[in-house]
Amino acid sequence: MRVRTGQLAPVLALIVAVALPWSTIAVPGLFEGPLNSPGTLQMLAVCLVFGGLALSYDLLFGRAGLLSFGHALHIAAGAYGVDILVSHYGWALWSAALITVLASAVLAALLGSVALRTSGIAFSMVTLAFAQVGHIAVNRDPGGLTGGEEGLPMRTAGLPDALVGVLNTVNLYWLALAFLTVVALVVHTIDRAPLGRTLIGLRDDERRIAVLGLSPYRLKLLAFVVAGALAALGGVAYALVVGGVSPHVASSELTLSLIVMAVLGGAGTRWGAVLGGILYAYLDQRLARLGGSLPGPFGEPLFVLGTLFIVVVYFAPGGLTGARRQPLRRSLTGRRPAPTSG
Amino acid sequence: MSTVVLLTLTGLGLAALYFLIASGLSLVFGLAGVLNFAHGLFLAVGAYLTWWAAPRTGLATAVLLGVAAAAATGALVEVALIRPLYTRHTEQVLVTVGLSLAGVALLQSIWGADARVFPRPDWATEVTDVLGAQVPIDRYLLIGAAALVLVALLAFLRFTRYGLVIRAGVENRAMVSALGIDVRNAFTLVFAIGGALAGLAGILGGMYFSSISPGQGASLLIFAFIVVVIGGLGSVTGSAVAAVAVGLLQQFVNYYGAAGAGDVSVVALLAVVLLLRPTGIAGKVATA
Repeated sequence: MRVRTGQLAPVLALIVAVALPWSTIAVPGLFEGPLNSPGTLQMLAVCLVFGGLALSYDLLFGRAGLLSFGHALHIAAGAYGVDILVSHYGWALWSAALITVLASAVLAALLGSVALRTSGIAFSMVTLAFAQVGHIAVNRDPGGLTGGEEGLPMRTAGLPDALVGVLNTVNLYWLALAFLTVVALVVHTIDRAPLGRTLIGLRDDERRIAVLGLSPYRLKLLAFVVAGALAALGGVAYALVVGGVSPHVASSELTLSLIVMAVLGGAGTRWGAVLGGILYAYLDQRLARLGGSLPGPFGEPLFVLGTLFIVVVYFAPGGLTGARRQPLRRSLTGRRPAPTSG
Repeated sequence: MSTVVLLTLTGLGLAALYFLIASGLSLVFGLAGVLNFAHGLFLAVGAYLTWWAAPRTGLATAVLLGVAAAAATGALVEVALIRPLYTRHTEQVLVTVGLSLAGVALLQSIWGADARVFPRPDWATEVTDVLGAQVPIDRYLLIGAAALVLVALLAFLRFTRYGLVIRAGVENRAMVSALGIDVRNAFTLVFAIGGALAGLAGILGGMYFSSISPGQGASLLIFAFIVVVIGGLGSVTGSAVAAVAVGLLQQFVNYYGAAGAGDVSVVALLAVVLLLRPTGIAGKVATA
């Protein structure tokens, strides 16, 4: 019985989410306008995109135990890639998106093959360093392509009519929902496949997988490439929903936010990262808007989110979606922690 | 020639900042296994307290106050946040991530996001003539301070009992604990030292850039991380060597190469070092 509700709940949630734009209910306090107003829909779309991005990150962190500090690079590759192809070179959206995601997957394969030669903290540092190069590059505006600090607005003339204009915000919302659904399908398919169990084996004890005759390197690289490609797809969705890109998308702060989202919701759990991502993005946008009316540090979204995050790490190690079967045991140093009682 | 001299001294000044940040990070990481993302916050605490106190108490006292406050913040973070998560290394790192986000936001809510002009003594703004190059005096201040800290830190690690415990703990923590020595007091001490060094870096960085902002720690921190990894985790001398290499490389390539090429070349250096020697140039060895 429990299994069946577990399978039905996401489908029900999806149906509700698809139908939501037809509702005119106003939820005072939570949203500023009725549910189907463009402002609310765009805000929800951003939340859904971050839900998907957080889940793509959790494929690395929660499942394979790879604490990457460079996930923002893949998101930025997707967002800037599609924006540059559409806005500067006048490509059609769908071919631009396809080429961008494929190129980002190749980039992830190249960087991953270098970064994964190291493990533990060194891996985190190498990914951070690679992502930093991306951040520097987009800030320097090479060849006038990225728009530097001002970012690059999406040229609306290159987009299909259905995605342009305030009245069509609802289509962007469905686009974001579709992205989240794709990520969930991919990650949960991996979870159910032998690959998923192997990745969790890698997270808990890499030697055990090596002893079984499997190559940890190849499996981790596969996870890295899939997560990178999903992040790039998310970058495409983000650029469309927000209507452009800014260098913040490439910053290490965004990667840190993704870590916070995954852990907040429950890293390595089925829906934890998705819920964490949606909640984080919601609070971030909402608190920023309420900013002026809140006293002192509470006007700063990051103060509230950072504090909430610390509280969750302490008092709910499994995240908001409940207890994980065991805490992430893999330590950053490769030291095996002493077994704790209880 | 004069350009080379100026670039060298400026690069060494930057290296001094990197070293001050990286040595604290490196000791904390080597001993406690915590990659401390909140280190940039310690830096900001030192810088902002000095900036706040300077008009009230005079600059010299303000610097002491700033360093002391940063050290206290470091010790407090260790006792209140890191220690309860004993053996849970990933969670320890996550807590420092949360702290770095919340702490910087807190500073921002008090003093705003904009950069503030940092007070400098008059003599530090003058320039000297070295082989035809006009070198600002604050470069020597940075280099001198970092050299003093390096000597003091090495002497502390080599000649004091706590230094011995820290060196041994970096080498093999389990063994030190098995000998009945409480390494956890050494953790607090190392966090306090790291905090003090970061605070000093924040103050000197304020003089070097002549301004401070809440987010300043974050950008310095990334290069300090790179220095730590290149230098070898837990090694103070390794950090010093790596800081000089990174600072000089960054300055020279930024000047002679394209804009931003210096920062990229530092990352390339990191990749090369890690692929050739995954443990960094000093390996994981006890410092001295």
